[in-house]
Amino acid sequence: MLLAPDRTSPVVGVAVHYDVGFRSEPEGRTGFAHLFEHLMFQGSENVGKAEHPKYVQGAGGTFNGSTHPDYTNYFQLLPAGAFELALFLEADRMRAPKLNQENLANQIAVVQEEIRVNVLNRPYGGFPWIRLPPVSFSSFPNAHNGYGAFEELEAATLQDAEAFFDSYYAPGNAVLALAGDFDTDDAIALIHKYFGHIPARSVPTRPDFAEAALDEEHRRVEIDPLAPQPAFAVGYRVPNPVSDLAGYLPFVLLTEVLSSGDASRLERRLVQQDRSVTSVSAYLGTFGDPFDQRDPLLLTLEAYHPAERTAEEIQSAAEDELARLAREGLEPGELDRVRARLAATLFREVDDVLGRTLALSVFELLHGDAGLVNELPARLEAVTDEQVAAAAQTLLDQQKAILIIEAGAAGSGVGDEQGEAA
Amino acid sequence: MTSSTSAAPTLGPSRNFPVVVPPGEIPLARVAERTLASGLRILAVRRAAVPTVELRLRIPLGVEPERPLAQELAEMTLLGETALSGTAERTRTQLAADLQSLGASLSVNTDADRLAVIGSGLAPELPRLLSLLAEVVHSASYPEDEVVGERGRLVAELGIARSQPAVLAREALLLRLHGGHPYGTELPEPGHVAGVEPSALRTLHRRVVSPVKAVLTLVGDIDPDAAVDTAAETFASWSGDAASEIPEVPPIRIGGLTIVDRPGAVQTNIRFGGAALPRTDPRFAAQQVANVIFGGYFSSRLVSNIREDKGYTYSPRSGVEHALRMSRLTVAADAATEITAPALLEILYELGRISVLSVAEDELEAARQYAMGSLALSTSTSSGLASTLSVLAGSGIGPEYLRDHPAALARVTTEDVLAVAASVLAPARLVPVLLGDRERIEPFVSGIAALDAQEPVLSEAEATRSV
Repeated sequence: MLLAPDRTSPVVGVAVHYDVGFRSEPEGRTGFAHLFEHLMFQGSENVGKAEHPKYVQGAGGTFNGSTHPDYTNYFQLLPAGAFELALFLEADRMRAPKLNQENLANQIAVVQEEIRVNVLNRPYGGFPWIRLPPVSFSSFPNAHNGYGAFEELEAATLQDAEAFFDSYYAPGNAVLALAGDFDTDDAIALIHKYFGHIPARSVPTRPDFAEAALDEEHRRVEIDPLAPQPAFAVGYRVPNPVSDLAGYLPFVLLTEVLSSGDASRLERRLVQQDRSVTSVSAYLGTFGDPFDQRDPLLLTLEAYHPAERTAEEIQSAAEDELARLAREGLEPGELDRVRARLAATLFREVDDVLGRTLALSVFELLHGDAGLVNELPARLEAVTDEQVAAAAQTLLDQQKAILIIEAGAAGSGVGDEQGEAA
Repeated sequence: MTSSTSAAPTLGPSRNFPVVVPPGEIPLARVAERTLASGLRILAVRRAAVPTVELRLRIPLGVEPERPLAQELAEMTLLGETALSGTAERTRTQLAADLQSLGASLSVNTDADRLAVIGSGLAPELPRLLSLLAEVVHSASYPEDEVVGERGRLVAELGIARSQPAVLAREALLLRLHGGHPYGTELPEPGHVAGVEPSALRTLHRRVVSPVKAVLTLVGDIDPDAAVDTAAETFASWSGDAASEIPEVPPIRIGGLTIVDRPGAVQTNIRFGGAALPRTDPRFAAQQVANVIFGGYFSSRLVSNIREDKGYTYSPRSGVEHALRMSRLTVAADAATEITAPALLEILYELGRISVLSVAEDELEAARQYAMGSLALSTSTSSGLASTLSVLAGSGIGPEYLRDHPAALARVTTEDVLAVAASVLAPARLVPVLLGDRERIEPFVSGIAALDAQEPVLSEAEATRSV
């Protein structure tokens, strides 16, 4: 458990992170970790169905949960006076969630609607977070769709849910974090009161998800029937963010140098000079948070472009820029300004009590060291120009995964107007 | 009045639920304030949890009565996209690099009511950040090549935006509600954007980027009085004319159900819209509570019914939006094509229920606490506080709202909620719009809600699309 008191605002963040994400879900049960996250809101021994949200919101708070490759989290941000309530609720579902057939069937339907909203009914749905991993990786944990296939979601049983809870939701597999306006002694006493009697269970050994880098380029072309213009994503492998944080941080700065703001390399080259893309971004991790994931993970280059420009020419221009960076290094002051903005961004994240609670938890869970949150600015300060240039070179030296999205909806309606005007 | 001492919703006696200690009154941060002769109002607040500063500049926009609305919208949108593309002294790259070295970023966006500059940076660099902002205000240059490049990009982005069903559904609803009024369209037509010349943007900038009734809000690890002084000095020479008024919003024609066809859609975007009360109305707090109970939070009736009970939809919700000349209530739910009619039926049922039957005391209590809590949480970061103060100031409301609104919430009764729900949430007072596969949904939904007698008025782009 982690406690980070700060009494400047009468607000408390409470989060529980379980060390299980969609990389750990069993074959034949894609989407199960996320489905299970939904089930954790369906009630527990002392809390009825849908009551968790009701208690938290009725106390003036907000809540949510989310499923990531390496963890599932549950969190609330509340007025300080409701913090004991949040501990009670989290402890109750850690001890004894109420899993039943009716709630399971209901949440399968809800998750299917979620997938329709976010993937099936919209252009670029699941691009690239669901679609790129199978091009970059070959093992089930790293390659499969974390939202899940409809038929596999429908096949989920209560027994699956019970077994999943039993092994992955053991107290020893969780991190509890509190940040904000509370007294440390009170908090420790209350944590003992509510969590102290939850019996320990054995904690599953986390498998090693390591996978060899590609030995040849992997390329896939998909047609998106709803997309009005083409897009592509390139996946590159990067150093292990946990065991080799020092080797990883130059890649964090590299992505900022490449695509953060109008003065960044790829914005200047592809957007302003070549005018070959509508938008471009380079980022680390499945959801764009560089500190959210264990190895293996990708540095993704993602671009949307008019149909008259090809993915090949854009990609080759991007690699020109990487090569220039690797060869000539950074411009004077470039790394300092990028670092200044990144520092402000990190500060702003932890200004939010909930942001602080989540960051502490994730660093504790993945690195075993919540304190790293505070050390990051100094660690980033230590990265040199040469290291960033060398990081760019490693992208050029490897075999990459390329996913090309062809625009199935181009040539109709707005697509036409766009082509003429672009 | 039980609110100020109440705990969470009623708990069974057998459960040892912890007691929620009600929040005390949140102390109002001191706001340093000055209005310059030019009309620019400056607000500054100290909040020192992290060494950053948040900046918001809001400039009221108006509509030139002689100019075609579509042209204004195209130019305003492109102005927002290109305002940071260069100044008399700096290229786009230099401006972006100089901002970055202050740990800062700026962005500009526009809607019918205002132009907004949103920024943040490292607190000690505030004076230099303000200088760069002033440079943009005084001498944004809209360079030929930058504007041409951004214009093409905006056209492509509009194409992508309009391929998103959520965007199309919103556009269809606004058009149905407000027709040809500036509030009826948020996205310009690509064809109009493609015709905007850089010189037109320079002219527009001179016309609209004016300090008259503009508000600059600064929140962060700063000395508020010194920050006001610095800002006043930095913007001392900024002058301009008052924006013309936004025309009055015509009354909403209720009519029946409008279906916008999206052949092959696997899901229907169900939307409702209607008139709501502004923040300054004495019934506003009751309206907020009514909205929260109906669909304004996860524990609402709408979510309980069509998500948690029936599994029809993932994220059903309702909300109140405020523009300067009107406030709007909206309801949104996305449901699979084959269950569109049942989902619509339940939404109509819940709207009807809350507008004719009193809510329960515990529902009121929970919604009240939630409304109070969300205000407290949303102003607990520098960024949230800056945005809230800026939005309030734009509507002529002062920071005392942060103190007075919780008190108003505390006074709301179930009778107040019913009265306001009857006028704002009653189904016959709302306009329903569906975006989905007409052939598959119309036979079912048209039996529950009569179709609108008028054909939907489509904008050019939508007309092209629906062929």
